[in-house]
Amino acid sequence: MSTAFKSLSTAMLKGFVRDKMSLFFMFFFPLMFLVVFGLLFRDAGQDKIKIAVIGDGPVVAALEKTGAVEVQRFDDEQAAVAKVKDGDLPAALVLRGNSVQLRFAASDQVAAGTVNGLVSGVVDQVNLAATGQPPAFTLQQQPVEDASLKPIQYLTPGILSWGISISAVFGAALTMVSWRKKQVLRRIRLAPVSAITVLTSRLTVSVGIAVVQAITFVLVALTPPFGLKLAGSWYLALPLLVLGTLAFFAIGMLVGAFCKTEEAASGAANILVLPMSFLSGTFFPIENAPGWLQAVSKALPLRHMNDGMLDVLVRGKGIEALLVPCSVLIAFTAVVGLLAAKLFRWED
Amino acid sequence: MTDAVAVTDIHKSYGDLNAVDGVSFAVAEGEFFGILGPNGAGKTTTLEIVEGLREPDSGTVSLLGVNPWPRNPALLPRVGVQLQASSFFERLTAREQLETFGSLYGVSKSTAAEMLELVGLTDKADVQENKLSGGQRQRLSIACALVHDPDVVFLDEPTAALDPQARRNLWDVLRAIQDRGKTIVYTTHYLDEAEILCDRVAIMDRGKILALDSPAALVRGLDAPTRITLQPGTLLADDARGIEGVDSATDDEDGLTISTREPAPVLSALAERGTLDGLQVRTATLEDVFLGLTGREYRA
Repeated sequence: MSTAFKSLSTAMLKGFVRDKMSLFFMFFFPLMFLVVFGLLFRDAGQDKIKIAVIGDGPVVAALEKTGAVEVQRFDDEQAAVAKVKDGDLPAALVLRGNSVQLRFAASDQVAAGTVNGLVSGVVDQVNLAATGQPPAFTLQQQPVEDASLKPIQYLTPGILSWGISISAVFGAALTMVSWRKKQVLRRIRLAPVSAITVLTSRLTVSVGIAVVQAITFVLVALTPPFGLKLAGSWYLALPLLVLGTLAFFAIGMLVGAFCKTEEAASGAANILVLPMSFLSGTFFPIENAPGWLQAVSKALPLRHMNDGMLDVLVRGKGIEALLVPCSVLIAFTAVVGLLAAKLFRWED
Repeated sequence: MTDAVAVTDIHKSYGDLNAVDGVSFAVAEGEFFGILGPNGAGKTTTLEIVEGLREPDSGTVSLLGVNPWPRNPALLPRVGVQLQASSFFERLTAREQLETFGSLYGVSKSTAAEMLELVGLTDKADVQENKLSGGQRQRLSIACALVHDPDVVFLDEPTAALDPQARRNLWDVLRAIQDRGKTIVYTTHYLDEAEILCDRVAIMDRGKILALDSPAALVRGLDAPTRITLQPGTLLADDARGIEGVDSATDDEDGLTISTREPAPVLSALAERGTLDGLQVRTATLEDVFLGLTGREYRA
């Protein structure tokens, strides 16, 4: 390792760490998103359905045992039904002796379906129990994922990939623009140092920052308030991390080649990264988007990094899950990198 | 003695603008050479062509015996360049800047400390570059140009935008560099400064070199009269005109101004008359040379 490479990397790293603004924006800002979203959606998967209940009986007890329903007791049937009509509650359950009457709001089809299914299931269960017969069929319910589908499981890979895209794109673009503007690039050009040394040292810093980001993000997500459960194949994320950083670094170099000032570069980087993060399903799943939007999404490196990260960090898939994301990232880096190299300028 | 720099008839134009229009000069080893002229005269472009940062449209450049264009990595360690802008790494301290630039040339860290001492920044070693004063930044950027012990040093406007005290501090640094046997080529728009520092100067205007010689020879060649100013009321203009060697004498509210080409006998005649109190003698300067060459007042 040449001293020039080492000292350039050190200079860039120090420049990054000492700039509190960029350190915050590129490092803590995405981490903040992880914390906020992680806490906000912590219980989203276990949202209980509220049902108004008038009267009591074994059906109510069985309903409460499912854990999926939160019972709100009413004395007055009129008031309960009014609540349902207003849309405050999806359904009201009226029990008189052995008669079980369910009044639900058909306007909310999803909630109506869930409540109807739940209640009829419970009523069947209670009926069966009342006959004293053993059940003819037994049902065992088990999730296919190692852990439950808690939001943190898909938030972590998504926000981590997004955070890395921010630090790599902005890092490359801002260093390049500012070094060109301040004539540091020209000054380096006057020293017996090759362009490859300058490029690889900046790239090494970006990869290093990405690794530290990944470790920090995962460690934070593993703590009890978030409760991330890593799949056994988590180490397969490393090649994705490096290739993703390369792809975003290439984007940053392209932005840096176009822009003359740091402000322009940071604006252009935002215009690229922000829509990309939404289209790649960083915060919200993209599955519900129109087909053409999903097609666009498939062309984005962040989408493939997201998918790959999700597969190896959470879903526990093996090395075969890396094939598509890694190929796309390599191809993307090659194309954008070549373009950036063509447009590269040592000075304005 | 071989020339450190030899430039023959270089041209460089940007569109219709002839930034450098047929410039030739040579700088001997160990010489302190100044390129002077107002802003936009083509000084920086000339310097950048010699440094190998730009390709001339025509003409030849020899820097330490080789052509600096295209970029020649074998030549670079022997050349030190300070660019016009203070090009520093962001948020590094003075010491770190020097160490980083030094490492590009494989220079040890102890050299960096030595350079800080040379430019008088030892006590600012751990201060970040953006917190240094203008003069300190300039000295640091010169130190960065010198850190790898080059044979030829190019400095572009090192004293621009400095207060008088900082400029004088920098002059000491520049003289110390020359004492180390370096060849210095520098640009400035301060003619007075060039007169004090340089062995030879090239006066540039509109892309051409108008004159090239030592400052003293240029001023001598101008054959300009010496002006002696007396305090008001010490001598009558008619009396002054009677003194042998006086070309003209004019009286105004600032005093009596005598113009002469033989200052020695005139001064002794003035001394006999007891009029030396508050007397000022002004000989021609490079500004007068510029005025004589271009027909315009010099405006930096």
